[in-house]
Amino acid sequence: MTSLSRFAAAVVLSFAAAANAATEGWPLQEAGTDVSNLASLQRGARNFVNYCLGCHSAKYMRFSQLAEDLALTEDDLQANLMFTGTRIYDPMVSAMSAEQGRQWFGNAPPDLSLIARSRGPDYVFTFLRSFYEDASRPTGVNNAVLPGTAMPHVLAPLQGLQRPRFETTTGADGKETQHLAGLDPGALAGDMPAAAFDSFVRDTVAFLEYISEPHKAKRQALGVWVVLFLLMFTAFAWFLYKEYWKDVK
Amino acid sequence: MTETIDKGRRQLLTAATTLTGAVGVAFAAVPFLASWKPSARAKALGAPVEIDISKLEPGAMLKIEWRGKPVLVVRRTPEMIERIGAHDALLADPLSNASRQPEYARNPERAIRPEYLVLLGVCTHLGCLPQNRFSPGASADGVLTATWPGGFFCPCHGSKFDLSGRVFAGVPAPTNLEIPPYSFAGDSHILIGLDPAKEA
Amino acid sequence: MADVKAAVAPGAGRLVRLGAWIDARFPMTSLWNEHVGQYYAPKNFNFWYYFGSIALFVLALQIVTGIFLTMSYKPSATEAFGSVEYIMRDVEWGWLIRYLHSTGASAFFIVVYLHMFRGLLYGSHRNPRELVWIFGVLIYLALMAEAFFGYLLPWGNMSYWGAQVIVSLFGTFPLIGDSLIEWIRGDYFISDITLNRFFALHVVALPLVLIFLVVAHILALHEVGSNNPDGIEIKKSKGADGHPLDGITFHPYYTVKDLYGLSVFLVLFAGVVFFAPEMGGLFLEAPNFEPANPLLTPEHIAPVWYFTPYYAILRAVPAFLNTQVWGVLALFAAVLLLFFVPWLDRSPVKSIRYRGPIYKAALMVFAANFIMLGYCGLKPAVSPFTKMSVVGTIIYFAFFLLMPWYSRIDRVRPEPARVTQ
Repeated sequence: MTSLSRFAAAVVLSFAAAANAATEGWPLQEAGTDVSNLASLQRGARNFVNYCLGCHSAKYMRFSQLAEDLALTEDDLQANLMFTGTRIYDPMVSAMSAEQGRQWFGNAPPDLSLIARSRGPDYVFTFLRSFYEDASRPTGVNNAVLPGTAMPHVLAPLQGLQRPRFETTTGADGKETQHLAGLDPGALAGDMPAAAFDSFVRDTVAFLEYISEPHKAKRQALGVWVVLFLLMFTAFAWFLYKEYWKDVK
Repeated sequence: MTETIDKGRRQLLTAATTLTGAVGVAFAAVPFLASWKPSARAKALGAPVEIDISKLEPGAMLKIEWRGKPVLVVRRTPEMIERIGAHDALLADPLSNASRQPEYARNPERAIRPEYLVLLGVCTHLGCLPQNRFSPGASADGVLTATWPGGFFCPCHGSKFDLSGRVFAGVPAPTNLEIPPYSFAGDSHILIGLDPAKEA
Repeated sequence: MADVKAAVAPGAGRLVRLGAWIDARFPMTSLWNEHVGQYYAPKNFNFWYYFGSIALFVLALQIVTGIFLTMSYKPSATEAFGSVEYIMRDVEWGWLIRYLHSTGASAFFIVVYLHMFRGLLYGSHRNPRELVWIFGVLIYLALMAEAFFGYLLPWGNMSYWGAQVIVSLFGTFPLIGDSLIEWIRGDYFISDITLNRFFALHVVALPLVLIFLVVAHILALHEVGSNNPDGIEIKKSKGADGHPLDGITFHPYYTVKDLYGLSVFLVLFAGVVFFAPEMGGLFLEAPNFEPANPLLTPEHIAPVWYFTPYYAILRAVPAFLNTQVWGVLALFAAVLLLFFVPWLDRSPVKSIRYRGPIYKAALMVFAANFIMLGYCGLKPAVSPFTKMSVVGTIIYFAFFLLMPWYSRIDRVRPEPARVTQ
């Protein structure tokens, strides 16, 4: 019986790995975020408000929740993160409406409240770093992670504009196909060196991870106590069980 | 089954386990009961409401909703303020002892500044919205007599309140109209739902 | 007209008198005695016997957390997704109630599968417990329906497309297929109307059915008495007091033992709820954190893990005569076959302990195969999973369809007269 249960356990664990496997396509880099780092989250919040909130809402996130979790006062928020006229309990809604988004970009920019949960932080991190110049696109850029994206390269002033490197491969049927092999620094440099830019994106992704589940830290902290309490209860229950079962021969 | 059962040990273990279990159940119940507290959305919708009074004419009234209830803001003229003190004998609770208002509204004018009256438009009888009958004297429909000093009249069951929302004796309503917490944000705005900041 | 007075010993305390007053009007003590206090269960229950009471606990948990979720959830296509995020963020402790419910759903299936496996191990489906088994399979069916309806409610993209795929299975039936799926959906596509009716079924109808079936399941069990790991009938050896020699009263012995089993389960359950509620995308799937989008199909549509063995069977059957209906029929047959196990099993003994090598091998292979089929069902329909699914489907059906033969020819050992440890 034990060999079966060990086998079953191994299969169950591989289930989890299988479900998590990356899809085919551009390899994703590790975001390396630390959601417990308040300073990183605060910087990420500032980045999000300055670069993303113009088009993307995070409508399930209230500023009051930010205040509570990021150790920010209402004055901090009003000065740095909130547009005039927004109140503390309001959600983080973009000034651009969905209709305007559709008109200007073809697709309404998606709400980002849950992007880190639906796509994963690695996807978002790699996406933000993988824009490259592409004259055939209306925005002048394309993205290695999401080819054909309607999003412009908002962070171009910081990263600069990357140049694509293509490789030609010959298929089994003799046909030649071109595919994107890598991204190189382009002629247009950005304000930030590569490491600083990565740090900038990392902070932003950490913020997106945080807003996808604001109560996560509290959940994990409480979990420690709950499991400890239940272990103690299990001990009591065990002794009670053994004591009564002395009767049974 | 022939060994002696240590009853004391069993009782102790049962008690310890039951007690721990009860504590666990109590802790487990807390999230469910607490989930009934107003959510962040309720707090957002019930947040203080700002009203612009810069365009409010003397003698006129504004109505705004706060926490699902109508809040009436009246800009009283000096003449209306004078009419407030003259009829304490006719009122059921002239000193607002039994009525609901913040401490800073416990005066004859029932206001922070006499010029502005802020009260909940909810009749203390059964909750109807009282009408404004600010002009003194008899009314055309005969409901108000010549001694009427001006105030509010509730059409549902005939309760009458003066220009400070204080209830007259002998009407169905038992107490004065409730004053909500409020404060001034500058001279042109009133924040309904927020008490004034404490003086240092 | 004299009042009926309950007979109480003189000097009896208030609680005793209250109890007697109730007993004169309601079978409180007799029910307690019959089903708990004086219900004699075999004394040799092992690890596999924890899962019935744990399943009962999980049912209660799902009902309580479900009620509280329903207080804040909005069953409309425009509001559902937002209401779940409202629960997760704005409602005090809403995140905990949600995770308890989502983890509870997966826990329910883990526990139920282990509980069913116990049945196959020790022959708990055999005479005279056929009806216990049948009620059990009905519970399993009701549970699958409950989980299916519940999964649409968050109105995520996987909710939508999962429902789309499963509902369209019914469209494969000849002649009636299209009308049938229109009738199920209540609309020409999976819409707000479908969501609202699935909500009613998930929150009211199926919980009532489940509660009724669980009560019936336990009553049927208590009518004949519990089986045990040796598969022998303890009622055959009674003592002078008329009680089975190998029996012990459920209370206090199994109340205390099940309490211990439940607390071990709770440690593991809490570990998942607080530290890994998504379970790597198995319990809460990543695409479901995007709202339902009829214009955007997720990369892999897979049902939740507990349905994937049957999904693999569905996909393994080819489309003969240009219709997929054979796969659908195979899926239904795979589940319905469970009803017949009491009559497919022809072994003279009940428990695996006294069966021969054929049944032991068959059951181990069946269990491993079920897990393997589940794994294939999670994966896309590509090689090698397609071939594995075909092999797995054949093994699955062979286990049941060949059982009348191999259970009979298997070498058995003599069963003991009294239970062993």
